[in-house]
Amino acid sequence: MSKKEQSRQWIIGEVTVNGTKIPIVDTKLISADRLGSYKARWGIGRMRYIVEPGLYAAGKPSAGSPVFVSANYKMSFDRLRSQLKGIDGWILVLDTKGINVWCAAGKGTFGTDELIRRIRAVNLTDVISHRKLILPQLGAPGVSAHKVREVSGFMVKYGPVRAEDIPAYLNAGRNATAKMRQVNFGFTDRAVLIPNELIQSAKYFLPAAACFFLLSGVGADIYSAERMIRYGLFSAAIFSAAYVIGITLPPLLLPWLPGKAFSVKGASVGLILAVAVGLYFIYNPESYRNVFGAAAWLFIIPAATSFTAMNFTGCSTYTSPSGVRREMRAAVPIQIVLATVGAGLWITGLFA
Amino acid sequence: MTGLRYLNNVSTLRLDTARCNGCRMCIVVCPHGVFAVTQRKARIIDLDACMECGACELNCPEDALRVKAGVGCASAIIQGAIRSTEPSCGCDSKESSCC
Ligand code: SF4
Ligand code: SF4
Repeated sequence: MSKKEQSRQWIIGEVTVNGTKIPIVDTKLISADRLGSYKARWGIGRMRYIVEPGLYAAGKPSAGSPVFVSANYKMSFDRLRSQLKGIDGWILVLDTKGINVWCAAGKGTFGTDELIRRIRAVNLTDVISHRKLILPQLGAPGVSAHKVREVSGFMVKYGPVRAEDIPAYLNAGRNATAKMRQVNFGFTDRAVLIPNELIQSAKYFLPAAACFFLLSGVGADIYSAERMIRYGLFSAAIFSAAYVIGITLPPLLLPWLPGKAFSVKGASVGLILAVAVGLYFIYNPESYRNVFGAAAWLFIIPAATSFTAMNFTGCSTYTSPSGVRREMRAAVPIQIVLATVGAGLWITGLFA
Repeated sequence: MTGLRYLNNVSTLRLDTARCNGCRMCIVVCPHGVFAVTQRKARIIDLDACMECGACELNCPEDALRVKAGVGCASAIIQGAIRSTEPSCGCDSKESSCC
C-alpha cells in the first residue's frame, strides 16, 4: 500500500480559501485510528503510519484562527486533532518522515528549516491573517523560534508538552503552566513502549535462545538429540525469560528499582531471576546437566537484563547523552565479563 | 516531576550570564525545569535534571546557552562507536524505530 492510498477516513470535508482546497479533519478518533496506533506500538506498519504533510482544518477555522504545528507520524497527528473538539483551527503538518515530534526534533526533521519550508509550501500567509504558530513544546529541540521569526516573520509560541492540555492552554490565553511544560515519564508512558522494545530486540534474542537449545545437544560424545530436548528446552526457556523480564520489568518498575543507572536497575531484576532459577535447580536437580551449566545462569541472566535495561535509556525522557555515556563506560565492560564468564561456564558444562 | 532522576554532575549545560537578557525563553522550552529567571537573569536551578535535549541553546536569542545535545540512547552510542560516527538512533532506518 502506498502512502497516499492509506485510508483517510479522518478527512470529513473540505474548505476552500483563496482557491486552495484544505481538507477538514475529524476531531473524533474512530476505531480504525485506535487499531492503527495499537498496531504501530507493536511495530506493524509503523513506518507507513504517516499523514501527508500540509495544511488541514479543524472545525470551521477563519483567517484569525490559531495554527497548530504537528509531525506527520499519524499517532502525533491523531493526538493533536482529537484535542481540537469544538476548537476552530488550522493544523500544519511537517514532513518528519513519519517520526514523532520529540524524536524528529532531536534529529532536526521537526526543525527550523522544514517549518519555514512548509509555511511557504502551503502558502500559509494566504490562508491566515496573523503570524503566529503554536508548536508542541517537545518540538523545541529542533526549532529555533527566533530564527523562524527572522526568516519567515512567523512567531513561534510553544504550547504544552501533552496535547490533552491544549484546551486548557488556549483558555489560559495561550499560556502553558509549569506543569504543562514538564515532561513526565509515568507508568503508562513507559508501559506503551514495551511492545516495540520486545519486537526490536527479538532479532537478537531469539537466535541466541535457539543457539542455547541446539548447542545443548553437544557433548563429549559429539551430539545427542535427546540431550538437546532434555536440557536445551530449559536453557532456551531461561534465556527467553531473561529477555522478556529484562525488557518488561525495568520500564514498569523504573522508579522502584535500585540505582539511578539503568544498567544497575536491569541487573537487579536479573539477579532476582537468577536466584529463582538457582532455587529451582536446587529443588529439581534432574533439570540441569551439571554445576557448570547451572552456575552459568548466575552470570548470563544479569548480563542480559542489565544490557536490555541500559538500552531503554533510548526511550526515556530524562536521560542525558553524557549520563548514558558515563553509565556505559562503567557498565559495558562488566556486562562483557559477566557474559563471557557465563558463556564459558555453560560451554564447559557441555563437556564436563 | 515523576521523581525519576538520572546521574548527577554529567550535564554539559553552560550559561553565560553576561549575555542573558532575561527573556525567559529557556524556561518556556525546557522540559525539566532546569532554569529560573530572577532580576532579569537566568539561573540554572537544577542542572542534574538536564537531559541535554538542546532546546534551550537553540531557542536562546542571545546565544547565552551551550549544551552538547544529542540522543541519550545506549544503542545509538554503541552503533556510533562501532561505525565511529556521531551517535544517531535508528529511528529513520526503514525497519526500526527506537522511540
Ligand atoms: S533564553 Fe537566553 S537570554 Fe533568555 S532568559 Fe534564557 S538564557 Fe537568558
Ligand atoms: S538541554 Fe534541554 S533539558 Fe537541558 S536545560 Fe536545556 S532545555 Fe532543559
